[in-house]
Amino acid sequence: MSTAAALAHDACSVEDIPLGEGRAVTLDGRRIAIFRAGGGWYALDAACPHRGGPLADGIVCDRAVICPLHDRRFDLQSGSALTTGNAVAAHAVEVRGARVFVTLAAAERGAA
Amino acid sequence: MVGMNRRIVVVGGGIAGQAVCEALRERDRDIPITLVCGEHSAPYDRVRLSEILVSGEDSQTLRLRPAEWYADNDVELLVGHTVTWVDVERRVLGLDDSDELRFERLVIATGSQPLMPPIPGIDLAGVHPFRDPADCEAIRAAAASGIERAAVIGGGLLGLEAARGIAAQGCAVTVVHLLDRLMERQLDAGASSLLAPALAGLDIDVEFERNTQQIIGPQRAHGLRFTDGSELPADLVVVSIGIRPEAELARSIGIVCDRGIIVDDAMRTSLPGVLAVGECAQHRGIVYGLVAPIYDQARVAAQTLVSEAAGAGADALYLGSVPSAKLKVAGIDLVCAGESGGDLEAVVTDAATGIYRKLSVRDGRVIGTVLLGDTRGSEALVAAVRSGEPVEDPLQALADASLSGPADLPDTAQICDCNGVCKGDLVAAVSDGGCATPREVMAVTRAGTGCGSCRPAVKEIVAAATGGLNDEPAYLCPCRKQTREGLAEQIRADGLQSVSDVAAACATGRECGACKPALAYLVSEVCANQHREERDARFINDRVHANIQHDGTFSVVPRMYGGVTTPDELRRIADVADKYEVPMVKVTGGQRLDLLGVKKQDLPGIWRDLGMPSGHAYAKAVRTVKTCVGTDFCRFGLGDSVGLGIEMEKAWEGLHTPHKVKSGVSGCPRNCAEATVKDIGCVAVEGGWQVRAGGAAGGNVREADILATVETRGEALRLATTFLQFYRENADYKERTYDFIPRIGLEQVREVILDEERGGALRERLRIAKAATQDPWLERDDPYHARQFHDLDELEPALVGPPAGGEL
Repeated sequence: MSTAAALAHDACSVEDIPLGEGRAVTLDGRRIAIFRAGGGWYALDAACPHRGGPLADGIVCDRAVICPLHDRRFDLQSGSALTTGNAVAAHAVEVRGARVFVTLAAAERGAA
Repeated sequence: MVGMNRRIVVVGGGIAGQAVCEALRERDRDIPITLVCGEHSAPYDRVRLSEILVSGEDSQTLRLRPAEWYADNDVELLVGHTVTWVDVERRVLGLDDSDELRFERLVIATGSQPLMPPIPGIDLAGVHPFRDPADCEAIRAAAASGIERAAVIGGGLLGLEAARGIAAQGCAVTVVHLLDRLMERQLDAGASSLLAPALAGLDIDVEFERNTQQIIGPQRAHGLRFTDGSELPADLVVVSIGIRPEAELARSIGIVCDRGIIVDDAMRTSLPGVLAVGECAQHRGIVYGLVAPIYDQARVAAQTLVSEAAGAGADALYLGSVPSAKLKVAGIDLVCAGESGGDLEAVVTDAATGIYRKLSVRDGRVIGTVLLGDTRGSEALVAAVRSGEPVEDPLQALADASLSGPADLPDTAQICDCNGVCKGDLVAAVSDGGCATPREVMAVTRAGTGCGSCRPAVKEIVAAATGGLNDEPAYLCPCRKQTREGLAEQIRADGLQSVSDVAAACATGRECGACKPALAYLVSEVCANQHREERDARFINDRVHANIQHDGTFSVVPRMYGGVTTPDELRRIADVADKYEVPMVKVTGGQRLDLLGVKKQDLPGIWRDLGMPSGHAYAKAVRTVKTCVGTDFCRFGLGDSVGLGIEMEKAWEGLHTPHKVKSGVSGCPRNCAEATVKDIGCVAVEGGWQVRAGGAAGGNVREADILATVETRGEALRLATTFLQFYRENADYKERTYDFIPRIGLEQVREVILDEERGGALRERLRIAKAATQDPWLERDDPYHARQFHDLDELEPALVGPPAGGEL
């Protein structure tokens, strides 16, 4: 692990997340949802900016996740809102061997 | 004598009265309005009475506006009142309950009365006009009561729609008409000669040149006697020979009347400050009995009232309407507008297929059209009639119209005749109003909310305006425009086994993902649960077999067949609630116990401690069967409702469905289990069981349709099971039974499920699908993934290492 400005967290094993689903984890005090989508690995802040729905429990497709509470949809890569409302922060994910590393984006509003 | 009182009183709660109120409110938010309705309900859509004669739906569904509209729009609504006198000098009128109402100006919209010929027997029981919901109910009940034959006197638009409603109840019906052709006001001889055979195909007989002299009694109607001495047996007689404008109130206060109340081009009567609108009004010698002109008149009347209030003269003029009509008889497409003949006529006809298309021209301009059997291009042709479009080659114009859709029309073409909505209004609702679906456009513009016959055109125009990206329920996958039927066909043909197979073959569900649960259901249904399950396609509830709550916790409802439990089960539920610190334990509407606020990782442990199967309260699946105690304990019980309810629940448990299926069984018609508002409901009656489906008691309340009344409990279970499978196979995802049955048509549903062979095949397929189900809560010991119930930093998964502090 480097101690550069952006620290890559060792978040989980590749096997920890079923294909096409997401799981949440707390990294650096911040709740993050990691997704293993058909199109690759992604990470977003775990709470939907609308009503705090658990995005890790959402339905995932190639490039998007749908919040299970009220169907808000977010782009997995950028976190931008594909339906309506605010975007969610997106984080960089890298798979090294069997481990999944997440580099947190700057906390704009601080961890919830 | 005007003083501070600016109130406008509208007398008459029909389509016309309502339209005047709405048109007024659009122009002036403040002017006080009172609407006086003679009938005991708020204004309803009389044009659609023929629909509920067929379907038997509650007449409440015809209401033009919900009750709160009147409060929201500050329109005082007085129902069940008639105006008994008017003092025009003092600007005050009297109601039948001797209340008085002051007004500044008055709009008479008293409509019309059905014309009843003064012949012997017209007052007999079993003789009805077809005018209001009470008539509709009486006709429907009589037609469904097993009588031999019904007769309809009068072969006009309304008479034919009444005949269709009677035939739909399985009752033989004959239309007797005075003249030698049907709908003579709208049709020429050519179209009329093709209409009669088309009606015969719907089991509606027509007899021409029949002048009814007497209705044969003595106590109640048993037939008709004609002037030529011949007779027709009929135990139900519906009279639909025309209307008489209701102008009595106007006459009584000295307003000049002829057949109707005479109005000028500003809809003003002969008395200052008094206007008349609708079927009671006579404009330039014409009394209009169709709905579209009424809306035109209402708009002009409202403009006149507003202009006068502002001290200006009348600035809007009503110059008459081109009459147009659509026959609302399922199975017959007929649109006509304007005159039925001209000095130049182009006709395309094919007697064998019942197609007749005609365009009439006078002085080089289109003046009328008749389209029967093939109404393609009707919007363009009716628009041409309205505008009197110049035409050189009418035959070519007919041919061109058949190739054009509503999306090709000019913006000025009127699409919704009922509410006077033009194509441009619909397009603007999309481009400027931000509407994305036909439903939204219809809500905003009111197009398609009258008789509903323009809805296909509205959908096409909205689809074109939105680039076809509108999220319509007809597509299972709106991104790829794939329908449920098309995908099911592909799954069968290619032997696809899973959601990812379908995604690979058709790209379904990959773009937005919203349709993945629908696809998961479809695959499981088509493969009779022998599919390859992929949990990522399922909604979170179906991944963890519990219902997600607003805070991300879950609710747990164990199955209690028929709502019957035991002391032992209750003890275990209580222990679980204590051990896992469940924040709330609640009795549900479906007679179950709900443990609310459960953490996802606690689910497997809770299920294990409960030792009860899943109640499927989280899934689109067979949910609860609510029962009353029936013959077990109740002194009124006629049938063993608990027994049947438990049987149903065990026979269906674990089956997924297009949307949730809530059931009920009542042991007598007192219906304590509320089975008549369930998706599937059985009610014990003297001598058997009534089997119902399609009920609702949510945002809308709908009484379930009776599928059949059967003699034994076994037959009731069999029929209910047959319906369940028919629904599983044919409903769109997220389509409840109460939307499904009206879409398919109750008669079609009955035809399939009551058919021995097809019903048997449905039950066999359900049996196979059911055999492949198992209790999903068993996944507590056999999870599909080590982290099925756990996030990454909770409890190490059992398959990786021993649980930290777990109780295994």
